[in-house]
Parts: sequence; structure tokens; C-alpha cells
Amino acid sequence: MKISVQHDDFDVSTESLRLTESNPAIGAVVSFVGHVRDTSHNQNLVDMTLEHYPGMTEKQLSEIAVEAQKRWHLEDLTIIHRVGALKPTEQIVLVITASSHRQDAFEAAQFLMDWLKTKAPFWKKETTKDGQSQWVEALDSDNDAANKWINPKT
Amino acid sequence: MKICYFAWMREKMDMAEEELTLPTTIKTVADLMDFLKKRDEKGAHAFDDSSLLRVAVNQSFANFDHPLSDSDEVAFFPPVTGG
Repeated sequence: MKISVQHDDFDVSTESLRLTESNPAIGAVVSFVGHVRDTSHNQNLVDMTLEHYPGMTEKQLSEIAVEAQKRWHLEDLTIIHRVGALKPTEQIVLVITASSHRQDAFEAAQFLMDWLKTKAPFWKKETTKDGQSQWVEALDSDNDAANKWINPKT
Repeated sequence: MKICYFAWMREKMDMAEEELTLPTTIKTVADLMDFLKKRDEKGAHAFDDSSLLRVAVNQSFANFDHPLSDSDEVAFFPPVTGG
């Protein structure tokens, strides 16, 4: 399992290969990459700064990862989340799940992202071309997505 | 006690963290929030609407009725927006 909170960018292929190259039990790898998105649709976003709570972030990500491993048969997983100032289109977050079969890999990847968005202490602040900056507000839809997973599948 | 502030709470409180000797009257997170709200103008502004706030005690999410001791690390912040 790899969990990393870092400013540096990541390479999906490298991270995926790192999981699979020494484990022939892996038959399915799902990767999710989140990018910095300009929600204004007018290309007004200059940058997005990600702040986090050092210590708690790693603790929460580890707990979420352990929960995923309890619920699905995973051979391995990786979570990388970037912090600091990022430009539109840049990669923010990477989740990779590796399993023998696709179902577990798909579901676990979705679970990890849904819980990460509501349980990991990151905050986004957007700066736009007019020089204004504002904190991004949490979305009810993210809470709804996370709440779907409250009860493990029976 | 160490108190940490993140995102707009850090901006409103004008500090990232502070050390506070816990007054004996403060037993819970809600007591601490009330104390900070009444302490000065920044606190009054930052803690004006508690429904906008989330709390962590010793780096785990906690409710407002969570008990506190002087060795705890408490953090106040808005709902998270990562990913």
C-alpha cells in the first residue's frame, strides 16, 4: 500500500507498474485521476491551492485504505494527493486499486474517492484572473456519494 | 492544549495554531468554541456559525460534545473539499 501527500506531480503508468510488476495475482487495475477544473467555464481560474492537515491527512487516508481492503479483495492500492498551488488541467489526486478481478478493483476505487472527498482534510482555494480568491464549498452531492458506502455490502 | 485552524478558519483567526492552557470550566469541544467565540472579535467572527464548522480531536473527526483534556490537539475547519 502506498499513501502519499506531496506537491510533486505523479505518473500514472509508473505508479500502476509499481503495483503490478512483481505480483502475478493481479488481473485488474483501476486508476482514477482527478484534475484541476475551471468551474467557471470562462477560463478564469489562475490556480487552485490545496491546503491540508499534516498528520491527520495521512491518518485518514490510511483508515480509508484499510476500510477498502476489508470490504474488497485487493492485492494492493495507491493513493497520491497533491497539495500546494496547482494550475488548471494539472493532476490533483490518484487512486489505483489492484485486484484479481475487475469488480473489486472498480468498486474499491470508487469507494476510495467518495470517502476521500468527505473524510480527508484537504481544502481548495481558487484564485481567478480578477485577483479574487475564494475557498471552494463542500457539495451535498459529495456527501450523498460518500453515504452510499456507509454500510458494507452484504 | 494545541488548537489548529485550517482554510478560512485560519484566515478568520489570523493564525494557524495556538497553545492554550485549558480553563477548568471547559469540558467539551462546545465549551471551547464558546470560550473562543467570546474571547475576542476574531473569535466572534470565526465561530459565529458553528454549523459551518467541523472539528477534529487528536486528528480524528469529533462531535461538539466530545470531552477535552489539556493534552488534546483540537482543530477547527470548514467541511473538507479535497479530491
